[in-house]
Amino acid sequence: MKVQGTVFKYGNDVDTDVIIPARYLNTTSEQELASHCMEDIDKDFVKNVKSGDIMVACDNFGCGSSREHAPIAIKASGISLVIANSFARIFYRNSINIGLPILECPQAVENISAGDIVSCDLSKGVIVNQTTGKSFQAEPFPPFIQEIIDDGGLMKHIEKSLKQ
Amino acid sequence: MGMTMSQKILAAHAGLDSVKAGQLINAKLDMVLANDITAPVAIKEFRKAGATCVACHDKIALVMDHFTPNKDIKAAMQCKIVREFADEQKVDNFFDVGKMGIEHALLPEQGLVGAGDLVIGADSHTCTYGALGAFSTGVGSTDMAAGMMTQTAWFKVPAAISFVLKNKPAKYVTGKDLILHIIGKIGVDGALYRSMEFSGEGVKYLSMDDRFTVCNMAIEAGAKNGIFPVDDITREYMKDRFQRTPVEYTADEDAVYEKVIEIDLSELKPTVSFPHLPENTKTQEEWDDRKIDQVVIGSCTNGHISDLRQAAEVLKGRKVAKHMRCIIIPATQTIYLQAIHEGLVDIFVEAGAIVSTPTCGPCLGGHMGILAENERCVSTTNRNFVGRMGHITSEIYLASPYVAAASAVAGKIATPDML
Repeated sequence: MKVQGTVFKYGNDVDTDVIIPARYLNTTSEQELASHCMEDIDKDFVKNVKSGDIMVACDNFGCGSSREHAPIAIKASGISLVIANSFARIFYRNSINIGLPILECPQAVENISAGDIVSCDLSKGVIVNQTTGKSFQAEPFPPFIQEIIDDGGLMKHIEKSLKQ
Repeated sequence: MGMTMSQKILAAHAGLDSVKAGQLINAKLDMVLANDITAPVAIKEFRKAGATCVACHDKIALVMDHFTPNKDIKAAMQCKIVREFADEQKVDNFFDVGKMGIEHALLPEQGLVGAGDLVIGADSHTCTYGALGAFSTGVGSTDMAAGMMTQTAWFKVPAAISFVLKNKPAKYVTGKDLILHIIGKIGVDGALYRSMEFSGEGVKYLSMDDRFTVCNMAIEAGAKNGIFPVDDITREYMKDRFQRTPVEYTADEDAVYEKVIEIDLSELKPTVSFPHLPENTKTQEEWDDRKIDQVVIGSCTNGHISDLRQAAEVLKGRKVAKHMRCIIIPATQTIYLQAIHEGLVDIFVEAGAIVSTPTCGPCLGGHMGILAENERCVSTTNRNFVGRMGHITSEIYLASPYVAAASAVAGKIATPDML
């Protein structure tokens, strides 16, 4: 699968409380969660994000709570891919489980600025900064994880293995 | 090659003789947990997958603790979804208002988790039960749904960092100060994906409640789990309480650790995490006189009976400062009753504090103590992220119950010695 979009860039330790503040966790509606995504650190994000756009951040993205509402809000806001130096482990796992593509690639993070147009071939992990023409290779997922993603998330993966 | 304590528990639950760091395994779970925020999403996923029946109804715990007693209509609806699901699936360990407590204090207290267990919970502070010698870790709602359906979960076996504790901590130095010190030292991603394994002769100076606090905040260093060895203190706690047979695991002599960090407990000082990350730790000489507006004593981190006793020790015969709100929240109904019987509640109310029914409430900015613009709160909770307890310009200072209670009296960040 290929994705392309405009970049929203953030720094280190973007936590789940700023991705989706707990005051909005009294709902499971994806659209309602998306309407408050990132608002405590970037109130214009929701206004400016378009379907397909890409989020780029530095270290430890998604640290804090286990709320799956965080990757859900990002995905429902239209973001097609998150690239970071590293992800907090529960966020990493949740993203795979709900089918939000994420890639760890410090080299890309260093060479991508807010507003750049970036594309990515998710199956190969090749990230291209269309604005600068530079390309980067992210580590592809291990086969075990790729299988979950290919099946369309953890629930579908389990459904499939229960049938076998 | 030797295994760490965490690796041994994972191997046993995966039916393997040994595992090594990085290995992917599928393991049987002794308990899966969710709360009123994460369970509704898990139930939605459970239904979406076409599941009709949970795998083991007696190995699931559902605790209504975050926005309860229901803070608004939407929160009430969330609890209703979980209550109906618990009824339908015969989940006996469903804890509603009146029975509930904050999940990570409640499950150990009720004997639902214990030594040797493998536990996942759709709450990041599920890592608390490592204090009992269990492997427990936080997951999201989809993992929780899968756990309910299959009573198994996949894990990547973590590497580990060893923390060797020695000597006895000074008066007013608690488990909270130890874990804040560690996070200040290694950073909020200093143990990312790893186990934090505690050992050493200093462990015996940490009470069960101290150990719960330490493991509770392992996630704030990015860790997958925190774990303590099982000793007489653990055994005494589990006695007549743990509903299953405890299994004691010990790390191999030749277990592989990425790093070994020695900590002299006698050198630790009361420690406070300044805004807006738990790693921004400062000890007394670095504090200043900035005005504090609110103090919260409670949460899954510090709502235990010994935390309340420490607060009472400071507040006894004193008054909360003018223009200060002091909110004290026992973590469970049992702790609440105990606090009443021991006269702690009298001390709190006479000091000008309020005592609430158990709830996670203010810790995550849910209800029961939301901060206004530019307000500051000294809190015994676990996170001081931007906007965590209210307005995005408000500030949270993480501290022990001793420091929080002293700050409530002083109106600024203080230790009991400073009063």
